[in-house]
Amino acid sequence: MSDVLAVAEARDGELRPVSHEIASATVELADTLGGAAHLAVIGPDATDLGGELNGPGVDTIHTVEHEAPFSHDAHRQAVVQLAEQLDPHVILAPQSVNGMDYAPAIATDIDAALVTDVIDLGDADANGLTVTREMYGSKVETTVAITGSPIVVTIRGGEWPPLEGTGEANVNSANVSFDSSTFGARVIGFEELTAGDVDIAEADVLVSVGRGIEDEDNLEIIHELADALGATVSASRPIVDSGWLPKNRQVGQSGKTVTPDLYIAIGISGAVQHVAGMKGAKTIIAINNDPNAPIFDLADYGVVDDLFDVVPALTEALS
Amino acid sequence: MKVLVTVKEIATVEDTFEIEGDRIPDRYLEFDLNEWDNYAVEEAVQLAEERDDVEVIAATIGPQRAEETIRIALAKGVDRAIRVWDDSLEEIELLDVSTKASIFAAIVEEEEPDIVFTGVQADDDAFGATGVALAASVGFQWAAIVNGFELEEDASMATVHRELEGGLEEITEVDIPAVFTIQTGINEPRYASLRGIRQAQQKEIDSKTLSDLGIEGIEHRLELTAMAEPETESDVTLFEGDATETAASLVDVFEDLGVIEG
Ligand SMILES: Cc1cc2nc3c(=O)[nH]c(=O)nc-3n(C[C@H](O)[C@H](O)[C@H](O)COP(=O)(O)OP(=O)(O)OC[C@H]3O[C@@H](n4cnc5c(N)ncnc54)[C@H](O)[C@@H]3O)c2cc1C
Ligand SMILES: Nc1ncnc2c1ncn2[C@@H]1O[C@H](COP(=O)(O)O)[C@@H](O)[C@H]1O
Repeated sequence: MSDVLAVAEARDGELRPVSHEIASATVELADTLGGAAHLAVIGPDATDLGGELNGPGVDTIHTVEHEAPFSHDAHRQAVVQLAEQLDPHVILAPQSVNGMDYAPAIATDIDAALVTDVIDLGDADANGLTVTREMYGSKVETTVAITGSPIVVTIRGGEWPPLEGTGEANVNSANVSFDSSTFGARVIGFEELTAGDVDIAEADVLVSVGRGIEDEDNLEIIHELADALGATVSASRPIVDSGWLPKNRQVGQSGKTVTPDLYIAIGISGAVQHVAGMKGAKTIIAINNDPNAPIFDLADYGVVDDLFDVVPALTEALS
Repeated sequence: MKVLVTVKEIATVEDTFEIEGDRIPDRYLEFDLNEWDNYAVEEAVQLAEERDDVEVIAATIGPQRAEETIRIALAKGVDRAIRVWDDSLEEIELLDVSTKASIFAAIVEEEEPDIVFTGVQADDDAFGATGVALAASVGFQWAAIVNGFELEEDASMATVHRELEGGLEEITEVDIPAVFTIQTGINEPRYASLRGIRQAQQKEIDSKTLSDLGIEGIEHRLELTAMAEPETESDVTLFEGDATETAASLVDVFEDLGVIEG
């Protein structure tokens, strides 16, 4: 009743970074609740990967071998059975593409309240939990009080430090059985985005353009600035969705992760999925006419002004 | 074949806004069709154009005002719409996913669609969860974050691309009936034509209350207790002045960083 169960995430035989972050969130929350910290790993190589999660404060690691590279049906059945056996107060999963594919189904099955994309965990007791999450494109932070038990929470990547060190957890093969007759989704392959003409991950300076540019024809001023700087052009998602630049130019969660010396964000708001791909840049400059745009929380230098004035003036000043 | 598409009218906040208590007053909000749902509508309408006998129904949970947004979907080719609202919903500030899923589940049980398209997420609350929760509620299959969709001729199965992190896509077969949460970029959403806009005025928007759907009271498990602008740890240096002045300051930064030669 005061325990926490968290689901790790693996891909291609390796734990993804969020697994170690969710492990520390689990230990932290179990501590607040005075309960046990359980972790589950589901998929191929679960037994090996379970051992890698054995950090300080983790009590039990439940491993569930399943041959599919990813199966939301297997995740759903495994976590629901573990929840029945362990009766946790809170179940944590990552707000990743795969977490978003199974966590809501688990909440529905066990009739739990669901809160997603949480960035901080607050007060917790046997009948509730308080969390912090963002709304309106990260412009506000909200506190949400959840009542009841059990509760399913998905956490945002990059918000908790990875759990480091070695612990004394029991690593057990979980007592889970699958009813594959109800499986209705089968992964049949993967396709990788190729670098194409340029690899923006290799660039030292990126001039990156977002929806603020409004129109395909206006991209010209971005190319001119990039030329004047000897920089490469990259973009946020809407530019690529609109077909104005190819997918290999997209920075962010579902595009490329870049770590240039200088990243110039022009007409980009700084949505979390964009930031995921560029927060490692050494220096960030933002040009945006909205002083509340979240990109300014990350930027080293900024200009709050119309990009259609600033960008041409900058190109001019460089020539 | 029937296709249900969920369409949300979302709120975006203006550049300058204030928080009063635990909410942003309507005067700082603008309302619009959720970006992800725009792509979901397009996917549904394309399916109807490719095949014979496809009816596309839009469903929304929202106040009267949301009809403006539903009309956009109708103008793009959706056949008819259902809008659910209720006094008991009016009072709730943050509608939780299970409530939304149970409302849509009641519509699914009434309409018996083969396919449901939702957006990946609503831009304002950003739960990113309603579609999958709905699928689990009604016993449909599903796939989340779909950026490629191909339906078998006999409509027994769809092959989808799920957009994973880092430019990787998963190719997955999903049995029908199913819910698909649609990612932006999957198609090129059309603009409503003048003819479409005219026709939309004639199309039916059926408004329903919770009791019309056989839902007796909702369990309200989330309480939004505080809202604040994020405390920033930012130490951004902002340059002021007209564009010539700010441009000159940025050039100085480029020089300091060694990006250009001084
Ligand atoms: C699963 C998932 C994966 C995603 N993956 C990615 C990803 O990989 N990469 C990505 O970028 N996004 C991704 N997104 C989308 C992300 O949530 C945002 O929608 C997107 O990043 C917004 O792009 P933007 O900043 O260009 O547009 P907006 O958020 O619309 O911002 C435009 C900005 O331009 C400013 N502006 C407007 N006009 C002007 C002007 N004249 N002068 C100056 N500034 C102006 C505005 O103030 C605003 O801040 C993903 C979303 C999901 C759900
Ligand atoms: N109030 C609503 N009315 C209509 N559709 C909604 C509503 N809330 C959520 N949805 C649908 O569910 C998707 C995901 O929303 P969410 O889980 O709230 O982020 C949206 O893109 C919509 O398609």
